Amino acid sequence: MLSASDLTVQYGDRKVLDHVSFTLDAGQWLMVVGPNGAGKSTLLGAIAQTVPSTGQVLVLGQDARHMRARKLARIMGVLSQSHRVGYGFTVEEVVALGRYAHRGQVFAASDPQGEEMVNQALRLTGMEDIRRQSVLTLSGGELQRTFLAQVFAQNPDLLLLDEPSNHLDLKYQREVYALIEQWLQTPGRAVLSVVHDLSLARKYGTHTLLMDKGVATHFGPCAEVLTRDNLEQVYGMDVVGWLTSLLSVWTD
Amino acid sequence: MTTLRREGFRPATYLLMAGLLLLTLILCLCVGSVMIPLSDTFEVLWSAIKGQPSGTPAHQSILLHVRLPRVLCVGLSGAALSLGGAAMQGLLRNPLAEGSTLGVSSGASLGAVLAIAMGFTIPGIPLAGTAAMAVLFAFLSLMLILSLSLVMDRSLSTNTLILVGVVFSLFVSSLINVVIALYSDKIRSIAFWTMGSLAGSTYQDAAMLAIALFLSSLVLFPLASELNAFAVGEENARHVGVSVKRVKLAIMISVCVLIGVCVAVGGTIGFVGLVVPHIVRLMTGPNHKRLLPGSAFIGAVFLLLSDLAARTVFRPAELPIGVITSLVGAVVFVSIMFRSRKAVRT
Repeated sequence: MLSASDLTVQYGDRKVLDHVSFTLDAGQWLMVVGPNGAGKSTLLGAIAQTVPSTGQVLVLGQDARHMRARKLARIMGVLSQSHRVGYGFTVEEVVALGRYAHRGQVFAASDPQGEEMVNQALRLTGMEDIRRQSVLTLSGGELQRTFLAQVFAQNPDLLLLDEPSNHLDLKYQREVYALIEQWLQTPGRAVLSVVHDLSLARKYGTHTLLMDKGVATHFGPCAEVLTRDNLEQVYGMDVVGWLTSLLSVWTD
Repeated sequence: MTTLRREGFRPATYLLMAGLLLLTLILCLCVGSVMIPLSDTFEVLWSAIKGQPSGTPAHQSILLHVRLPRVLCVGLSGAALSLGGAAMQGLLRNPLAEGSTLGVSSGASLGAVLAIAMGFTIPGIPLAGTAAMAVLFAFLSLMLILSLSLVMDRSLSTNTLILVGVVFSLFVSSLINVVIALYSDKIRSIAFWTMGSLAGSTYQDAAMLAIALFLSSLVLFPLASELNAFAVGEENARHVGVSVKRVKLAIMISVCVLIGVCVAVGGTIGFVGLVVPHIVRLMTGPNHKRLLPGSAFIGAVFLLLSDLAARTVFRPAELPIGVITSLVGAVVFVSIMFRSRKAVRT
């Protein structure tokens, strides 16, 4: 569904992303992990065409760089890491923007499925009760769920998520991951998400792209990539030992 | 199942706004240093439409040669400036963005002054050369201001934009003085234009404003959804499928046409594009399907009433219209600064 080859992003002399390549097939959930500054969010931006890059991104076999924004949006939904909305739009208005690419151009603004998709997205994310509330009054978690509802309403085949459980407490974190897992059950869909929490990556991911200083150091099924040695090499510490010791405080 | 809330106004609301605008127009035609009774106003207008002038000659002259063209220009300028302000504020996601705060109006003034100084005219349409240069300079200024702001601060924060706007306006007013010094033979016509308000407006001015407003509306109104997406965030706009560069360019050109033509006709009338969309947003929320038409209507009414106040409060003396709009504008500007992110409709 998605393949990236030799993706490179350079700011001045500094390569933030250095010849990163990977493929993502339908039914897979690719977790992009790595320490701060590894280039994870930049990779997501390069795929979403918001960060200028060299190399190639193929989405359903077509070069994303030459695709019209509307067409790309019908295939690929993107959830950013942070959201700052300047005006008091209602939750419903922000979610309905997800239908933009499905509406006809200018004078043929018809989208028969639109209303149902928006309602469904609001229901799935638990935002139905506050659909008429201004986004300026929302908590960080509610705002995150509003934008998650927007990408669900967009109904793409491919989801790109940058820290999807950002700002969410544990209850919603679990719900959001369960939602995405359920979303992925429909054939022909795939997810790529940037995550910091390695336990979440291990639990929900099918594949992992491990990154360090702009380079993809390892890529493959989670069990093969998220190993003690690989993580120690990238993070410079005994990650598995640390995570295990964290968990052990609950078993005493 | 809950249905999605209707985005645009209902036809009844449009009728109500049109009625309000018509009433304001009539009020502004009747009231002034000379009061003209409603019946006389209708008689003069109706007979003029029929092509057989009748009514008191003095009233005829005041209404047809002074007040009607002025009132038309004022109404159209109010609509144009407010529509431009609303579009700019959505595009830049910044409620303080407007021709006068960004410095775009100053840039347009420089273009107009250069056109007058160098005698740049288009035969047959006296003000077209000035207007064309004002539009061109408005666009160049906007590009320059946005590029400078982006270099300083990629998030285009309010403070950066306003600061760059203020510095740019000061810079441009110096340039205008340089032009005046270099073309001292044209000083009279330049001075006439710079002092110029909408007082000496002609039907030709009104026609030019109407064309600019019509063309820009044709571009801006269908882009209401795109403006909503920009107002939520430019990156988000790209993600939901907006062709960011193309739409941004179309909006910027339209706004510059609106500001440029308004400046060419009536000089800089500050804060209209700031005050009106702000008030409309409080009434209808930030959705551009309501905000754009609402701003155009309310903008026309607001500027008509400001003009009425400018010419009647100290009559027979007349205040420049910009004095009234800036008085109101300054208060609203400060209140927006203070409100920051709190309290919007829920």
